[in-house]
Amino acid sequence: MKFTAVVEITGREGIADPQGLTIERALPALGFDGIEQVHVGKLIRFVLEAPDEAAARARVTSMCDRLLANPVIEQASIRLETEAAPA
Amino acid sequence: MSGMLAVVCFPGSNCEHDVAAAWESVGGTAAIVWHTATSLGDADAVVLPGGFAHGDYLRPGAIARFSPVMDAVARFAAGGGPVVGICNGFQVLTEAGLLPGALYRNSGLRFLCKTVECEVASTDSVLTGGARAGQVLRLPINHYEGNYTCDERTLLELESEERVVLRYRGENPNGSVHAIAGITNRERNVVGVMPHPERASDPLLGSADGRLLLESLLVASATVRRWAGGNGTGPESVHASGPAAS
Repeated sequence: MKFTAVVEITGREGIADPQGLTIERALPALGFDGIEQVHVGKLIRFVLEAPDEAAARARVTSMCDRLLANPVIEQASIRLETEAAPA
Repeated sequence: MSGMLAVVCFPGSNCEHDVAAAWESVGGTAAIVWHTATSLGDADAVVLPGGFAHGDYLRPGAIARFSPVMDAVARFAAGGGPVVGICNGFQVLTEAGLLPGALYRNSGLRFLCKTVECEVASTDSVLTGGARAGQVLRLPINHYEGNYTCDERTLLELESEERVVLRYRGENPNGSVHAIAGITNRERNVVGVMPHPERASDPLLGSADGRLLLESLLVASATVRRWAGGNGTGPESVHASGPAAS
C-alpha cells in the first residue's frame, strides 16, 4: 500500500519559539484578536510503500528518531493518509 | 612532522582556509580533508570548521553527520585523538552524537557577527589546556543557530564534571543555557565551541586571544602522537584498521 506521510516538526516544550511569539504579537496589530499558542515549525511530506498503516507508522517514527527531527530540541507528529486509488 | 591538523571540508564549509592559516601561524601543519575521505591520514588533531555544511539543510549538521569522513572522525575521537568543532563544526558534532545537546536559533532571532568576551570555564580539555581558569578571551562569533541547549540531566553532568569549557561573559548573545559557548566530552578530547578562535589569531584581526586555544590544541595533538607511538591505542593504530565500512 502507498501512504502519504505528513511529518510536522515543532520545537519541544520549553524550547523558545521566537518566530511563533513574534507572529503572535504581530496578529493583533492587524486586528486579529484572541490569538494564542502560535508555533512555527516545518512540514515534511513524502509517499512511502508499506504493507499496512502500522508498518508505515513504525517506519516514519524511526525516520523521525534518526534523521527528520532532533529529539533534543524538536518533536514530530506523524499523519498518514492512504493514497486515493486511481479512478 | 608534528602538529598535523586535518581540517574537514564539507560542501558549504567556509572557514577551512582560515583555520589552516591560523594553525600554521601557531606552528602546526594543516591539510584540508574533503568530506568524502574515509581516512584522516596522519592527522594528530581534527577540526570541523565553520560554515554551512550541506547548506544546513534540515538542521545545521544533520546531513554532514552522514558524510563518509565522519566515520573516520568518530574512530579518531574514540582513539583519544583531539577533535574540535568550531561553530558549524560544533553543530555537526552534536548531530553526530560526539557531543551532547543541540544548537538552535539565537533567542534574538538575529544572525550575530561580533566579537564577544568569553570566560574559560574549564582548562581540562584539548582546546583550553593552556589557558587559566577564569581567563577572559575576546573571540568573534558568527552564527544564527548558536543557542546551546540540552536536557536537565545533561546540563547537570556538564556542570558537575566541569565540561563547560567556555562561557559568554556579560550579556549572553544567543540565549544559550548557562551562557554556554563551548563544551567537551567526558574524555576531554572532543570540544565544540561557537566562537571562532581562528578569527582571533592576529592583532590585525582585532584580537589574538584565539591563539591560546590553538596553541593548547597543538600541545594536545603532540601528546596524542606520543600515545599513538607508545601503546598503539592512538589514532594511528585506528587508521591501520582500514577504510570505513561505508
